[in-house]
Amino acid sequence: MKKYLSLLILPLLLLVSCKKAAEGEGSKTITVGFSQIGAESDWRKASTLSIKEEAKKRGIELKFSDAQQKQENQLKAIRAFIAQGVDVIALAPVVTTGWDDVLKEARAANIPVILIDRRVDVSEDGLYACYIGADCTEEGRKAGRWLIENVGKQAGIAELVGTVGSGPAVERKKGFEEAIKGEPGLKIIKSQSGDFTRSQGKEVMEQFLKSPERDQINVLYAHNDDMALGAIQAIEEAGKKPGKDIVIISCDGVKEIFRQILAGKANCTVECNPMVGPYLFDVVETYMRGETIPPRVIPHEDVFDAKNITQEVIDGRSY
Amino acid sequence: MNNSQSLNFIIGITALLVCVASTFISGRSQKFRHLRWPLVALSLLFLYNLIFKPTFFALEITDDGYLYGSLIDILNHSSKIALLATGMTLVIATGGVDISVGSIMAISGAVAATVIVSPYSSLILAVVLALLVSTFAGLWNGILVAACGIQPMVATLVLMVAGRGIAQLITDGTIITFHHPAFNAIGNGHLLGLPVPAWLAATIFLIALALTRTTSLGLFIETVGNNRTAARYAGIAARKIVWITYVFSGFCAGIAGLVVCSNIKCADANHAGLYLELDAILATVIGGTSMTGGRFYLSGSILGAILIQALSTVMYANDVNPAVIAVPKAILVIAVCLLQSDRFRSRIMALPVFRKFGGEPC
Repeated sequence: MKKYLSLLILPLLLLVSCKKAAEGEGSKTITVGFSQIGAESDWRKASTLSIKEEAKKRGIELKFSDAQQKQENQLKAIRAFIAQGVDVIALAPVVTTGWDDVLKEARAANIPVILIDRRVDVSEDGLYACYIGADCTEEGRKAGRWLIENVGKQAGIAELVGTVGSGPAVERKKGFEEAIKGEPGLKIIKSQSGDFTRSQGKEVMEQFLKSPERDQINVLYAHNDDMALGAIQAIEEAGKKPGKDIVIISCDGVKEIFRQILAGKANCTVECNPMVGPYLFDVVETYMRGETIPPRVIPHEDVFDAKNITQEVIDGRSY
Repeated sequence: MNNSQSLNFIIGITALLVCVASTFISGRSQKFRHLRWPLVALSLLFLYNLIFKPTFFALEITDDGYLYGSLIDILNHSSKIALLATGMTLVIATGGVDISVGSIMAISGAVAATVIVSPYSSLILAVVLALLVSTFAGLWNGILVAACGIQPMVATLVLMVAGRGIAQLITDGTIITFHHPAFNAIGNGHLLGLPVPAWLAATIFLIALALTRTTSLGLFIETVGNNRTAARYAGIAARKIVWITYVFSGFCAGIAGLVVCSNIKCADANHAGLYLELDAILATVIGGTSMTGGRFYLSGSILGAILIQALSTVMYANDVNPAVIAVPKAILVIAVCLLQSDRFRSRIMALPVFRKFGGEPC
């Protein structure tokens, strides 16, 4: 019995001593726990890197946890952050549902949760303090506005939709349609899903270019750069010039599309900015100063075309 | 009706007639009976397009001297499913299943692309290395199933899940884009007017057909699939037969991976071959091969692959709303699978409506 008792007491003692040590260091250092989805794409990796580097720059202690695409890992990580008593929890949620309990636990512990990149569905307001992430509808609008300003008010548009039902696909479609609604000369004559991948984008574009309406298509709007990159190949194989015969507009801003724009084979990409680090820690510092924090922060997102892309811009991009 | 329109019509009617004629011939012959229902489905697809979208049949000869049109696209894109389905048919015939082929495709593409962008860039090295790695992946599956006695679904699940991770490890999680004219020819080139992938699929199909139908290998595979114990007592090296089929399936997946990677000129470890194992299994089942093992039909699997791709291409050509695109596909696939079932057909034929016509049981 004595043995077991000591086993119980030991971790308690350790905990107490840890707490003391932490307090002893001086309570100035801010601690942030960050649960990231994983490392499934260059975009995601750039986002992680941005947060890690910004934390280092500002002298904030970052506890980083990679969930490897699993919600249960994120739930565990958040509970660990609460137990460790971090100041702020940042979360890039892998799915939208199932967060109620753990967010309530964080609220009970008086730790604000900041969502990054994706939103969650919760039963009541106030379970998270702030959402930092791109506005995909606005990206769609920007693409539409670029089209009106640079191509004109007469065009036949082929649209490569993202994965059916996914948030970015729905919002980028909606935003684009809003932007061109006032121009009767701009018509979407083809719209089909390319599943956000190069191979599907290429396959669908091949069919667009064999349809009876093929000669009316002079603009391609793709919901992400990868589908546009596939479509560029299909256009070349059909004997047309991408970027000239068919103007190509897409979203995200990956390095490869920049190279294509520089080479004149694509025309415009609307950035979806993964570099959220500075925005996150601005919010964290605002909170630590005791000021109220904004409920929504949209990172700055540029529109890139041949006018502002140079080799230096490409070299300077990390994804 | 102008010239090109009437040409489209002629091509369409020819395609339809070929389909209908083969349906009747296969229905009469004992050897090709399994092809009948997929052919009926294909005929219906062609008939629909002939009525509503004759431009679907448009064929042109480009300046480079190759054929260009939706029918060729079907041939081109179905070849990756056909390659997988050829290997899959033999695996299924032994009573197994290989759900790792999609991931093996990703690995194969990742290896090839890594070689192409490396300082040792060479077509031969890329192809050989990619095929070696994917054949080894097949061997791994074979060992798990044949030597360790793990259930095929579970054994190949390992590589299905881990394989994509391995592919990402090779590409370092990025999409590797490359420009290599010789390697690009695998997925984009043309030979005698037809796309190279179609030739590759046809070659692998003919090799598999020759190996299984002119030697006793096919009979051995069927025996093992029907009753492994009986096969062993009859003196057949059942284990060897089983792992050979997995090795072959891995090899086929490797070629399919090269085709996809070369076609889009990049290695996309996240998406290459994603869910394609399901299409391959579907093609095999549509072709009349039973999932329980035993008798198998390589020609049926090829036709199944063409049918699956024809369905997607027809959907795109007819501007079907992407949100509902899965529904017509599912309906046709279910119909063909049901019609391939003897029990279902005899039930249907026993219905009073059909008895009145005195329809002969099919």
